[in-house]
Amino acid sequence: MNAPHDPSSVGAAVAQKAQFSEPLRLKGGATLPAFEIAYETYGELNAARTNAVLVCHALNASHHVAGYYADQPDNLGWWDNLVGPGKPLDTRRFFVVGSNYIGSCFGSTGPASVNPATGKPWGADFPVVTVEDWVEAQARLADHLGIERFAAVIGGSLGAMQALQWTLSYPERIRHSIVIAAAARLTPQNIAFNEVARQAIMTDPDFHGGHYYDKGVVPVRGLRIARMIGHITYLSGEAMAEKFGRLLRRGTPGFDFDIDFEVESYLRYQGDKFSSYFDANTYLRITKALDYFDPAADYGGNLSAALARAKAAFLLVSFKSDWRFPPPRSRELVRALLDNRRIVSYLEIDAPGGHDAFLLEDPRYHKALAAYFGNIEL
Amino acid sequence: MRAAHLRPDLAAIAQWVAPQARVLDLGCGDGSLLRTLWQERQAPGYGVEIDDAAVLDCVDNDVNVLQVDLESGLSLFGDHTFDCVILSETLQTIHRTEFLMREMLRVGREVIVSFPNFGHWSARLQVLAGRMPVSQTLPYEWYETPNVHHCTTVDFEDLCRRLHVRIRERLVLHEGKPVTWLPNLLGSVAVYRCTAG
Repeated sequence: MNAPHDPSSVGAAVAQKAQFSEPLRLKGGATLPAFEIAYETYGELNAARTNAVLVCHALNASHHVAGYYADQPDNLGWWDNLVGPGKPLDTRRFFVVGSNYIGSCFGSTGPASVNPATGKPWGADFPVVTVEDWVEAQARLADHLGIERFAAVIGGSLGAMQALQWTLSYPERIRHSIVIAAAARLTPQNIAFNEVARQAIMTDPDFHGGHYYDKGVVPVRGLRIARMIGHITYLSGEAMAEKFGRLLRRGTPGFDFDIDFEVESYLRYQGDKFSSYFDANTYLRITKALDYFDPAADYGGNLSAALARAKAAFLLVSFKSDWRFPPPRSRELVRALLDNRRIVSYLEIDAPGGHDAFLLEDPRYHKALAAYFGNIEL
Repeated sequence: MRAAHLRPDLAAIAQWVAPQARVLDLGCGDGSLLRTLWQERQAPGYGVEIDDAAVLDCVDNDVNVLQVDLESGLSLFGDHTFDCVILSETLQTIHRTEFLMREMLRVGREVIVSFPNFGHWSARLQVLAGRMPVSQTLPYEWYETPNVHHCTTVDFEDLCRRLHVRIRERLVLHEGKPVTWLPNLLGSVAVYRCTAG
């Protein structure tokens, strides 16, 4: 285990929780009477409080962005390759905040938390939350940490939606927004994949309409299939071909329904792993948050009008092999920002990793992020 | 970075850009021109560049850069959104020349184009000797050149007439110095400032 001695690691991270007793009114109409947000921080907030960077996570990740846990040295943060001393998001210069979102199953208030009204887990009664709601909750966290204005907010995929929404909900509080592998709204095809995932979960006999916590069961089968579908869309066809080819697990076809091809083994492994730690009610809500996100909806579909409020400088990055949120989706955002004469740069990286490329360490991508962060004045 | 350190055609272009003009630099390379325009004329701008290394240099230079392919047009940009659209030493690499010229005139009030002049005597001489020209302004061998559409100053002016483009100013250079006598023969780089109709 090298991590504890790795000078480019933030070292042992400590997950923290902030409690908020002021009710949070949600976009869907419901109100959360009180809530908690799990978060981690790396680096030091400077005296002028001008060096804070908020990292927003995507579907299955958490506030554990970088480093490891003292009692789990192998549990590396999901963006550890980006965040640390000397890394593109350099914690010697920036105070980095990794925030979990409400509805999550990793520590923030979510469906598995206790509903104060009943004394039992919320389960199916936990409200559907949106990207806007997450930003509201994170704004409270920022207040709690004494951060009036972030030097930058950064996120990929669903995290990118939050990075964008921050500039719309709180234009004055964001100086730079780094929006990676993003879309201003999901396509019907994206929504269709999400619906198949939800149906897999909701038709699992162990789902019990979302009230499975007190039944001692978990809709594992549904979660597995939901995750398998997700993984197919995160990888490019090219990346899958390179990673698995048509390799046969047993060397020859089995003429049965055990694992033949390597890709089947991979999907089953990912499905098993995911269903062992992720909560089905959270998964349903996150896919809904994705589906509903559409800042242009209130402006008759006019994205330029929707982004007129933004004041931040933007960096957008897309990946050519990403077919879930492909480059044209990012270009729509660039066009809308240009219409508003915003400061914007846009990189289109020819990396093979598909949607998941935003988590990988392509040198063009990471060098550009390092250069961009390097030019942010503190 | 001072204008003096710019490539000669870029230095000439920089002089033509009005203070505070909104600039779009197509094929902006490392963003030197945009950076100079910002520092010396407070002209805010965006660059378009396809090359990964150049794009990274732009980000490093704190210049707004958009990594998109010029061949697919300027669909990111609305009509008449820029005071000045610049295409420096890139025209000769473009496949759809007419299309791009029209696109530039759609998004910009004014267009500045520079290109290596294929009419320069050394190019003519090399063609006469039976070889494709290689020179300081045309540094590539025929089999590795990114250039696909060479032209002379006369050719370019013909195209402008055909597209109803009005030439407002012309500067022909050789080794960084203006050439006024027989420019199509003695100039190796041409710079034009044009507007629609």
